[in-house]
Amino acid sequence: MIEIKDLHKSYKMGSNALHVLKGINFTVEEGELVAIMGSSGSGKSTLLNILGMLDVADSGEYTLDGVPIKNLNETKAANYRNKFLGFVFQSFNLINYKSALENVALPLYYQRVPRKERQERAMKYLDQVGLKEWANHLPSELSGGQNQRVAIARAMASEPKVLLADEPTGALDSKTSYEVMDLIQKINDQGNTILVVTHEDDIAHMCKRIVYLKDGVIVEDKKVKQVRASAHV
Amino acid sequence: MLDLERWQEIFDTIRKNKLRTFLTGLSVASGIFILVILLGFGQGMQNGVAHEFEEDAATSVWVWPGVTSKEFKGLNPGRSIQLKNENYESSLALFGDKIEYKSPRIFVRNVSVNYGKEALVYGIQGVSYDFQFIENAKMSEGRFLNYQDEVTTAKVAIIGNKIKRDVFEDLKTPLGEYINISGVLFKIVGIYSEREDREEERIYIPVTTAQRVFNGGDRINNMSYTLPMEENFDLAVAQATAFKEKLQAHLQQVHTVAPEDTGAIQVWSALEEAKRYYSLIRNIKLFFWFVGICTIIAGVVSVSNIMLIVVKERTREIGIRKALGAKPWSIVGMILQESIFVTAISGFTGLIFSMGLLEILGPYVEVDYILNPSVNLNVALSTVVVLILAGTIAGFFPAWRAASIHTIEALRDE
Repeated sequence: MIEIKDLHKSYKMGSNALHVLKGINFTVEEGELVAIMGSSGSGKSTLLNILGMLDVADSGEYTLDGVPIKNLNETKAANYRNKFLGFVFQSFNLINYKSALENVALPLYYQRVPRKERQERAMKYLDQVGLKEWANHLPSELSGGQNQRVAIARAMASEPKVLLADEPTGALDSKTSYEVMDLIQKINDQGNTILVVTHEDDIAHMCKRIVYLKDGVIVEDKKVKQVRASAHV
Repeated sequence: MLDLERWQEIFDTIRKNKLRTFLTGLSVASGIFILVILLGFGQGMQNGVAHEFEEDAATSVWVWPGVTSKEFKGLNPGRSIQLKNENYESSLALFGDKIEYKSPRIFVRNVSVNYGKEALVYGIQGVSYDFQFIENAKMSEGRFLNYQDEVTTAKVAIIGNKIKRDVFEDLKTPLGEYINISGVLFKIVGIYSEREDREEERIYIPVTTAQRVFNGGDRINNMSYTLPMEENFDLAVAQATAFKEKLQAHLQQVHTVAPEDTGAIQVWSALEEAKRYYSLIRNIKLFFWFVGICTIIAGVVSVSNIMLIVVKERTREIGIRKALGAKPWSIVGMILQESIFVTAISGFTGLIFSMGLLEILGPYVEVDYILNPSVNLNVALSTVVVLILAGTIAGFFPAWRAASIHTIEALRDE
């Protein structure tokens, strides 16, 4: 599903260049649930941003579902993001003046899905995350856990090939974190490929594979026995 | 523009950001409002000044004799000039082809005027039948003097509307009543109205009657003419000035007056005077346009400013939309379409309000030199269009910048 070869990325910081990714090689099969771990500054978010086409690598190859991702301009990247990817952010990134339902329906708007169908599909995904009753509430009227579940529903609504989650539990307490992870596991159970960036060990062990990043290189890549989040809820 | 889905998205945004939309709209609407009111008053001023000149026919030329101030051909200064019938006739003989209406005038003095037992204190003027057109007098009842009256030295009188109100208010009509002027009875055959009361306090009788009955001999007090209307104003002024100079030169020669002694026989042309006022009006209009354009610029600046803030405020939202797959152009398009829609609606609202105000209150404005302020619809519409265009251009750059920031940076924007 994801294949990257010798990925490099550096940022210019004044006169110095900060080499963040120093040759990453890494493959993700369909249906995997991968945790990317590392301390801050290890390059894990940068890697996720490049995978999410929110950022561009300096060199290296990236293939997503058999499509080589290169020569990206904004329009092309937007197209790919819309077709291939779903995002879940630490800070939810919901549009604050839109209701839960409208937030979930937004990616479908950019897929040119008609309004009525959009609403139906959005409602289906809201139902899946257990927030059907909250469909017409604004993000400010929902708790952090609920907001993240709306964000997950939104990421799933466009039926992406890969779900990218950047510290999805970073802003939540542990109980709510486990609820969110439970949801992510269930989505993975349905066969969806998911990448989770986290620095929390317990969250990482709820995935099926952990990739450790340190100073821009992969230091360890291991399959783990998945801890079901439902056991903690 | 016809993308229904996008319109729905825009209406959603507008509905949920009422305050922001209202403030943007308010600044556009008030800009247009002020501009239209200003332009309206500029026009009102022009109407007002033009109205001041409606008293007399616009192309009228008047001759008033005075006193010589220079010695000429052995004649002493300080000599009073007296116009005679022959002067009037020679002026017609010389310039008749250039003249439209003409009339001599005699002020009949030292007479008593009575209606029944009531003594009247109105001026009596002997004029010719054309005088109605020179004075722009409108007949409200009966008729003005005519050729027959003049030939037969008829004892008929035309009175002003104010005299009718003051003296004849008990009667259904003063027509057919007789007034006694120094023992001679004159029949009232017409009533005229003028714009100003002061000009309605006159009693007109035929010039021939005035000379014959009241011992006027062949003396006349002044002469008045109108010239035919020319197509353009400048040509009309040139014609009037030429006529005025020739007439003055002729009369100076006949009365042996020094050519440079213009005070001895004064010739006054309404058009020449009007020209001065027209240039004054032009300056006033320029000033109003200047103020108006400054207002528009202020409006454009404030619309741009608001657009800038709106786009800045929405940077994160733009990042989110891009992460969800929005293309940069669709974001620019959405923001612009929203801003054009808001500026257009509020611009036209401002336009409708200001034009409504001018329509309703305009006719009641009664200040000297300001009359019926109103504004040309085309001018007002073009200002709205200019403002919308400016708002669009002003909105485009921040929108484009916001759409081209890296999604990741846009998402970080707090």
